[in-house]
Amino acid sequence: MEQGIVAREQIPVLIDIQGVRKVYPTQVGEVVALDGIDLRIRQGDIYGIIGMSGAGKSTLIRCINRLDAPTEGRILIDDRDILLMKRRELLKMRRSVAMIFQQFNLLMQRTVLGNICFPLEISGMPRAKALVRAHELLEIVSLQDKAKAYPAQLSGGQKQRVAIARALATEPRVLLCDEATSALDPLTTQSILALLQDINRRMGITIVIITHEMPVIRQICTRVAIIDDGRIAEKGDVSKVFAHPKTAAARRLFLGAQEEIPTGKRCVRIAFTDTDTYEPVVANMILACGVPVNILSGSIQRVAGQQRGQMLIELPDDPKGAQRALDYLATQNVTVEEVSGDVPE
Amino acid sequence: MFLNELWAALVSVWEALPGLWNLTIGGVWETLYITFASTAFAYILGIPLGIMLVVFRKDHLIPSPRTRSLLDVIVNILRSVPFLILMIAAIPLTRLVVGTSIGTTATIVPLVVASFPFVARTVESSLLEVDPGVIEAAQAMGANRFQIVCKVILREAVPGLVNGAALATTAILGYTAMAGAIGGGGLGAIAINYGYYRFRTDVLWFAIVELVLLVQGIQFVGTRVSRLLDHRQR
Ligand SMILES: Nc1ncnc2c1ncn2[C@@H]1O[C@H](COP(=O)(O)OP(=O)(O)OP(=O)(O)O)[C@@H](O)[C@H]1O
Ligand SMILES: [Mg+2]
Repeated sequence: MEQGIVAREQIPVLIDIQGVRKVYPTQVGEVVALDGIDLRIRQGDIYGIIGMSGAGKSTLIRCINRLDAPTEGRILIDDRDILLMKRRELLKMRRSVAMIFQQFNLLMQRTVLGNICFPLEISGMPRAKALVRAHELLEIVSLQDKAKAYPAQLSGGQKQRVAIARALATEPRVLLCDEATSALDPLTTQSILALLQDINRRMGITIVIITHEMPVIRQICTRVAIIDDGRIAEKGDVSKVFAHPKTAAARRLFLGAQEEIPTGKRCVRIAFTDTDTYEPVVANMILACGVPVNILSGSIQRVAGQQRGQMLIELPDDPKGAQRALDYLATQNVTVEEVSGDVPE
Repeated sequence: MFLNELWAALVSVWEALPGLWNLTIGGVWETLYITFASTAFAYILGIPLGIMLVVFRKDHLIPSPRTRSLLDVIVNILRSVPFLILMIAAIPLTRLVVGTSIGTTATIVPLVVASFPFVARTVESSLLEVDPGVIEAAQAMGANRFQIVCKVILREAVPGLVNGAALATTAILGYTAMAGAIGGGGLGAIAINYGYYRFRTDVLWFAIVELVLLVQGIQFVGTRVSRLLDHRQR
């Protein structure tokens, strides 16, 4: 998209999070949920925030529309500090920063149409006008035939579509999604993500996605921040962060538990951007250094529309052979990172 | 023969019914009047109090735990005073409001005083059933607190509120009988005057059957209406 042509720095920053800290006082002492978060979310981003349970994801996203107030730091939306806003201004701001939830949070005693009209109603739009808008929105989320249904009569995916339509009603600039697909099966997740992507492209709405599921980030996000224990461990372009995870937190999330590094062995992780080289590199390495290597795991994934390959290789026990293998890899167009099994994080 | 005697007894009961009906029908209307009027006033006080008991919780809409615990204590004190004593204690208030402390209308004042804390509790528990996530969603949409109370909390709690209203109405109906026994009107007064002072056990039993039917009827309507208004299932 345009981001390829325009330098990222030239796209205006929509949400600027500066040094945000959030401390919850509890009976057992203070819980530091967020510990100095800095993030810049630019217009048109689909910004993924990923982290383990308890990392502080929900706390962070709830600070963005001030459902929770940070203990320290600043949050600017369109260069305006939302923490300084008066109540009235804050309520108005929230109309342009919509939110959807894991549990959908629809009004159970209102029909689908009633739910979509709700934010328009509270913003004071006349009923006739609101109904017209609600029908348009139903069309966007492909639920025209469910207008008169109650949420209890819908599937999870349909409920989330209603929630999305409701969130879009006030023409927000930002859509915050807190684990919006975590209660859905993989196929439904796909369709909801596709819908979000479509909304981002067609309406230019900036999307912030909180998740603990890597595939969600991989499928639609352009940027990602990894949050670990209240801090940003790593952030950047999804393709870059995914190809070269720098921190332990990132690797833990990206590679998951499917990979075990044998203790006491020297291993290297090789990442390929160009998958044509995937096989020849290993084959050539074996030829070049004359020692057999053990392939522990390998995978190719689509990240932000690009093929990414990576492979975990056990180096030969013989140090000379191992060095030759490393020397060879250094001449190739791949990223190499040595990992060793006896230091398990 | 036994069957013949039973038949004769049934016939005499049947023949006595119109008389009993005429004797008690005034009491039925009085009871209904006292019950519904008291319930209405109890809700006028109980709904705002119930709302405050909910929204002032420390993790709710307008956290004010101190005010809430004060209200909580008041409600508990009022609820722990036995009705009979409250009735007598409320006599000055009744005189002030109605001008007299005996009669049908005068019964309403102590009944309201006795039942609004109970009503507040049933309202509180219905409102607490509303999913906090839905309230949060409304906040995220920029709804103000008044809108959230009216359009989200109260609206979403309607089925529970209707169920609670049936419960409160039947409880108050029970109280009216008690009030009737000590100078109020209605079926309670009839039961005492005829059944106790004049040894008319037939009137006593007839009044009891009428009270049971009233309670059943109110409960039935309440449950039906609540189910009809609830869109969480189906
Ligand atoms: N209201 C609160 N009071 C006290 N501690 C809290 C509160 N809310 C969150 N926390 C704590 O803050 C930390 C971050 O919580 P948060 O809900 O943001 O995690 P999360 O990343 O969203 O996790 P999950 O994936 O499980 O939803 C946790 O340690 C949690 O216990
Ligand atoms: Mg969470």
